[in-house]
Amino acid sequence: MLTAEDKKLVQQVWEKISGRQEDAGAETLERMFAAYPQTKTYFPHFDLHHGSDQIRGHGKKVVAALGNAVKNVDNLSQALSELSNLHAYNLRVDPPCSPLQLLAQCFQVVLAVHLGKDYTPEMHSAVDKFMSAVAAVLAEKYR
Amino acid sequence: MVHWSAEEKQLISSVWGKVNVEECGAEALARLLIVYPWTQRFFSDFGNLSSPTAITGNPKVRAHGKKVLTSFGEAVKNLDNIKGTYSKLSELHCEKLHVDPENFRLLGDILVIVLASHFGRDFTPTCQSAWQKLVGVVAHALARKYH
Repeated sequence: MLTAEDKKLVQQVWEKISGRQEDAGAETLERMFAAYPQTKTYFPHFDLHHGSDQIRGHGKKVVAALGNAVKNVDNLSQALSELSNLHAYNLRVDPPCSPLQLLAQCFQVVLAVHLGKDYTPEMHSAVDKFMSAVAAVLAEKYR
Repeated sequence: MVHWSAEEKQLISSVWGKVNVEECGAEALARLLIVYPWTQRFFSDFGNLSSPTAITGNPKVRAHGKKVLTSFGEAVKNLDNIKGTYSKLSELHCEKLHVDPENFRLLGDILVIVLASHFGRDFTPTCQSAWQKLVGVVAHALARKYH
């Protein structure tokens, strides 16, 4: 469960990357496709080359959704309800959230790359819990 | 046997060459204990693990972190026989230490994040990819002798 301190830390992290959020989204996806090629199976219709407009566009969407989750961290279920439906019924990304865990790992690597030492163990812990909570909500409607 | 491309081998050894094993090992183990607190159950005789600050400063955590990452170096030196390299350690983790192999995967992911925070932009996506593969292979090798 996310404590009050966790929520504060997640918000702090979000502020630290403000202005670079779009890049962070694209970079996260790029790292995910490079390190976990099986995740590409969800994007057969995309141009997955480095710098592709589709990756930028989709990265931007993902980060906007995460930003929305950060703003509504006290009510993730409701805030992510539509996305949860989408992932369960349309996209049918494999549960138990395995690809979403891979996305989470790559997002954390991006944060570590950009924040260096500022990505403290406490922040790492809070973000890890937050990403797990997001993944769990997105998987809520699977069955 | 795992196949490593020339590029992967180069990315792995060039990063490893710049790693401060003592620092990164200590940090990776500390983060494991902080981010996944249930892993503390394997270190009940390590003394004060009551807070992130306590864990990060705990000398036993630092020493053990260094030991773990030094052992990881054996994988880097023996990329073509990681299975053989960890055969005994796998038995140890199963029979004596009773560690759920899922924890090896968790530590591997944390190590990648620690490397990313130290190397910044130099830790490129292809670099991360090679290292995620390596930590996965090591985790698998450590789980191999479980029964």
